[in-house]
Amino acid sequence: MVVENAGTTARNLDATREWLERNLNSTAVIETERFSFFYGKEQALRDVSLSIPLDGVTAIMGPSGCGKSTLLRAFNRMNELYPNTRSGGTVRFLGQDLLKADPVAVRRHIGMVFQRPNPFPKSIFDNVAYGPRVHGNRNRAELRDIVEESLRRAALWDEVKDNLKKSAFSLSGGQQQRLCIARSLAVRPSVLLMDEPCSALDPKATDRIEATTRELAKELTVVIVTHNLQQAGRLSDHVAVLLAEGVLAEFGPTKTVFEHPCNEQVADYLCGRFG
Amino acid sequence: MRKWAGALGDHGTAGPPLDLRPIRKAGFRGLVTILKERWDRPVFLALASVSLVALGLILFFIFREAVPVLREIGLGGLFGTRWNPTGDPASYGALPMIAGSALVTVAALVFAIPLGFAAAAFIAEVAPRWMKDVAKSVLELLAGVPSVLYGFFGLMIVAPAFQRAFGLSTGRTALTASVILGIMALPTIASLAEDALTAVPNSYREASMALGASRWQTIRRVTFPAAFSGLIGAAILGMGRAIGETMAVLMVAGNAPQITASLLKPVRTLTGAIALEMGETAMGSTHYHALFALGVILLLIALVTNGLAEWFRGRLARKHGR
Repeated sequence: MVVENAGTTARNLDATREWLERNLNSTAVIETERFSFFYGKEQALRDVSLSIPLDGVTAIMGPSGCGKSTLLRAFNRMNELYPNTRSGGTVRFLGQDLLKADPVAVRRHIGMVFQRPNPFPKSIFDNVAYGPRVHGNRNRAELRDIVEESLRRAALWDEVKDNLKKSAFSLSGGQQQRLCIARSLAVRPSVLLMDEPCSALDPKATDRIEATTRELAKELTVVIVTHNLQQAGRLSDHVAVLLAEGVLAEFGPTKTVFEHPCNEQVADYLCGRFG
Repeated sequence: MRKWAGALGDHGTAGPPLDLRPIRKAGFRGLVTILKERWDRPVFLALASVSLVALGLILFFIFREAVPVLREIGLGGLFGTRWNPTGDPASYGALPMIAGSALVTVAALVFAIPLGFAAAAFIAEVAPRWMKDVAKSVLELLAGVPSVLYGFFGLMIVAPAFQRAFGLSTGRTALTASVILGIMALPTIASLAEDALTAVPNSYREASMALGASRWQTIRRVTFPAAFSGLIGAAILGMGRAIGETMAVLMVAGNAPQITASLLKPVRTLTGAIALEMGETAMGSTHYHALFALGVILLLIALVTNGLAEWFRGRLARKHGR
């Protein structure tokens, strides 16, 4: 419950910004400092230090196996669902030590969308209402409002408003992914993590997810992992490039990194010479 | 013989580029080739039919021996409420045994299902790797203990304990049988339920945890509902196990053929009646045929439970695309 003291909801980016500037003198929502991560004996991340800014979309890129998903999953403590993992360094969320917080509380504030759409085998309504229900909301009218609002924000409402009782599996892949976004939004997170959310989707569905993501970035912080250079270019304001063995090679505004990469390997990577 | 040379297009005169004709040779050598290459289907078919034929024969003989009872006492006689084959007049009502089996089985499941599901949830969702392995082998061990030993345990430990605890004249009651049966059905239910929970894709658990649900909330609200049909299948197979068990029940149920709803009275089950009385009947007598009729009832219950369980378990697999 420590994390809750920061007093943020998805609705007041400005308030959060003010709070951050007053109390921490920074604009970073999440900060890592020499963060390392191990699966057993294998090191997936090495001394990663970066600050995820409050505003806009931050993309994490890099070749396969560089640990970009691991870094993303460190932000909502998903890595530790699996045995034999350990981490070093610190991760701070609004100034508080994320690694010492209660993981369940952390995940209420930092939502996640996965690589493959993974709706529950329940109705569309129950999928979106799942989070609020788990957190103790039993008021039907309130739940209905939350479901509608979340589906609207995920740009899915118009397509499903008459079929809320239908199984989530009746939707197409792109719709399912937007349903998963709505499901995350229903718990009103301050940060939304997206782990290659379009890699299982066709170009048209990808477009819609990207447009939705841009809209969402006006209200909350979005961190997205992608291996698609164009997508990162279109979507992100900041970009972090990880290279082999989980070393952070470059971090900065997308435009700067794409046009003038400092690191030679990053330049090669961005030109598509490897990865 | 190159009569279809060039049939696949113009490849010159040397015949088709690939020989796609079926392998067929004339004479004895042809037969040998066919035997060498095509022996598998008939052999496996024969092996597979052995079990089908065995099942067919069992069904046939049990039905054949049971049918005369319909002629002798009729369906009404068979579903009477009194079982007294050696009395005068003799009566062959099977209801006391059906009720006995039902009572004992239901009572056994009442505690075996929750315990089995809880054990499965622990093994599948909570336990670390090494504990999982230990728990699974313990379950297998429990399933492998000969039933007569369960009966022995019930007779020597559970029955006297209940006798003392409830102040009964005998500890061999429906309750004792239920407890023993429940323990025996537990490994079946737990390991099948564990299979069902393990079959639930991890992506559901991740989605739930990422929304800030606790592990317990995830189990209760996502994993269990997703595995529901598999869990029902596990429960039904556990029921089949309990209803078909003979030796252990025979030893502890008290075997009084009476219709009762009290767990503290002795009851006789379908299986118990057959095992107990088959040795003492004259072959071909009405009693003998009536016992086979009990067997038919038992068999039908077993077929229905197995069919239902397989259907439920198959539904789980279809639902999550595995």
